Amino acid sequence: MIRLQNIHKSYITGTNKLHVLKGIDLHIKEGELVSIMGSSGSGKSTLLNILGLLDNHDEGVYILNNQEIKSMSETKAAKLRNNLLGFVFQSFNLISFKNAMENVALPLYYQKVARKKRNKMALDYLDKMGLKDWAEHMPNELSGGQKQRVAIARSMITQPKIILADEPTGALDSKTSIEVMDLLKEINQSGITVIIVTHENDIAHMTDRIINLKDGRIESIIENNKINSKETIRVPQE
Amino acid sequence: MFDRDKWQEIFSTISKNKTRTVLTGFSVATGIFMLIFLLGAGRGLRNGMTSVFAQDATNSMQIYGGRTTKAYKGTPEGKRIQMVNADYLDLGRSIDKLDVISAMSYIPGAETISYKNNYGNFNVSPVHDTYKEIKNFDMLEGRFLNKKDIKENRKVVAIQDVVKEVLFPKETAINKLITINNIKFKVVGVFNQPSFDDNSREIYIPITVAQKIFNNNDYLRRISFTLQDISVEESKKVEQFITYQMAARHGFSREDKNALWIQNNIENSQQFSSLFSAIEMFVWIIGIFTILLGVIGVFNIMMIVVKERTKEIGIRKAIGASPSSVVGLILMEAIFITAASGYVGLITGVGLLEVINKFDLIYKIYPPAAIYFLNPQVDLGIAIGATIVLIVTGALAGFFPARKAASIRPIEALRDE
Ligand SMILES: Nc1ncnc2c1ncn2[C@@H]1O[C@H](COP(=O)(O)OP(=O)(O)OP(=O)(O)O)[C@@H](O)[C@H]1O
Ligand SMILES: [Mg+2]
Repeated sequence: MIRLQNIHKSYITGTNKLHVLKGIDLHIKEGELVSIMGSSGSGKSTLLNILGLLDNHDEGVYILNNQEIKSMSETKAAKLRNNLLGFVFQSFNLISFKNAMENVALPLYYQKVARKKRNKMALDYLDKMGLKDWAEHMPNELSGGQKQRVAIARSMITQPKIILADEPTGALDSKTSIEVMDLLKEINQSGITVIIVTHENDIAHMTDRIINLKDGRIESIIENNKINSKETIRVPQE
Repeated sequence: MFDRDKWQEIFSTISKNKTRTVLTGFSVATGIFMLIFLLGAGRGLRNGMTSVFAQDATNSMQIYGGRTTKAYKGTPEGKRIQMVNADYLDLGRSIDKLDVISAMSYIPGAETISYKNNYGNFNVSPVHDTYKEIKNFDMLEGRFLNKKDIKENRKVVAIQDVVKEVLFPKETAINKLITINNIKFKVVGVFNQPSFDDNSREIYIPITVAQKIFNNNDYLRRISFTLQDISVEESKKVEQFITYQMAARHGFSREDKNALWIQNNIENSQQFSSLFSAIEMFVWIIGIFTILLGVIGVFNIMMIVVKERTKEIGIRKAIGASPSSVVGLILMEAIFITAASGYVGLITGVGLLEVINKFDLIYKIYPPAAIYFLNPQVDLGIAIGATIVLIVTGALAGFFPARKAASIRPIEALRDE
């Protein structure tokens, strides 16, 4: 599903050049549930943004769904994001003046799905998230966990192949975090590839694979046993 | 453009950000309102002034005899120039591009005019039939004097409506005989004559009749004529030609400005209309600047809006909004706001003009000014022009902010500060 070869990324701020990703090689198969860990500033979000076509890489090869991603027009990237990808963010990123249902339905608007139909679908997805009664509520009337579930419904509604979540539980308490993780696992079990950036060990351990980033490189990849044993395999890189 | 979903998206954005929308629209509405109102009022003023002053055909001239102010060939200054029939005939033959010409004589003595027991003092002007081409008459009944009346010295008369009211308060006037200085004349027509002089009470009789039975001479009070398609320059040449011609005939200096008095309506009306064109131009400039200020306001607000909405636009892009759909969203919002608020300004402006017109507000506030203000209105051309200006400026005000919005990269927008 996703194949990265020697991906480099630098940010230029003024005269400084900050080399953030220093050669990432990674293969994520369809239907995997993967987490990315690492200390703050190690490049997790940068990597996820490149995977999500929100940013371009400078060097290396990125193959997404059998298609090589080179620098492409925003229009084309937008279309790919819309059809293939779903995003969940730490700060939810709901549109404040739209109610829950309208927020969930918005990706379908960009697919030119008729209003009635997309609102109905949005209601179905909210129902799956246990939020049917909150459909007419504005984001500021929802709790953090509810907002994140709305965001997940929004990421799901286009039936993407991949869901990218940047610290989806970062703003939630531990109980709600577990609920959100359970949702993401459920989504994964329906066959969708899920990639989660997280700080929290217990969250990472709920995934199949943990990719540890350090200073722009993959330090190690830990395969969690599917039967959830604590046994880990360290794969040294280079 | 006519995508219903797109409009719904725009309306929901607009309606959920009301203060912003109202602020944006207000300046544009004011601009259009000013433009429409001032233009309409200017038009009303022009109509009013024209109807008051343009009693003579705008392509006409009038010649009156004066007194010389220069001695000439032994004759001292102060000689009275008396025009006669021969002048009329001569000018009628020699003026270039002449359309119609009419002379007017006068009848001596008090003019008591009566019909049965009704009588009054009216102004009797003996003229040629062509006089109706020179004055703006409105025939209400019957006809004006005609060629046959002149040629056959018929004792006929055309009377103004106010005269008719006095002499024939309860009956029709046509074919009745009225008495002018003991001579009976048959009424052939009743007319209305726009005038700023409320006391105008005119009666016209054939000039030939007057000269024969009242004057015993061929003196003329004035000669009036109209010219065909003539420019102001040409009309001045005609003025000069007449002066030279008459100077030769009556023996006065060509340079004497007071021997003849020539009223050139061609020049007057041109000055008149260029005055109003200047006023209209001025109004346009004010209006366009006001709109421009409004549009700059819209531009600024849209700029701020785009900044405020950076995050929202980033979210939209992350979930699949293409740059063109973002441009469309901002652009159409700007166009919609300018167009809608401009329309409000347009309606308010037109409405105010209508109210002024309908309830005669000017008359109620200051009656003497009322006749100088007639039918204030904006024509279709101005309304269409204003609409086009609106759409274009709206698009302009939206374009740069929209382009800015489209260039926002989703990661920039989504980063938490
Ligand atoms: N747009 C940018 N311009 C310049 N520098 C950037 C930009 N985005 C990120 N960086 C820098 O790149 C480095 C990696 O950032 P990134 O957001 O990927 O870290 P992260 O691993 O997600 O950290 P955190 O856990 O704190 O979210 C940081 O030093 C950051 O300051
Ligand atoms: Mg991060």
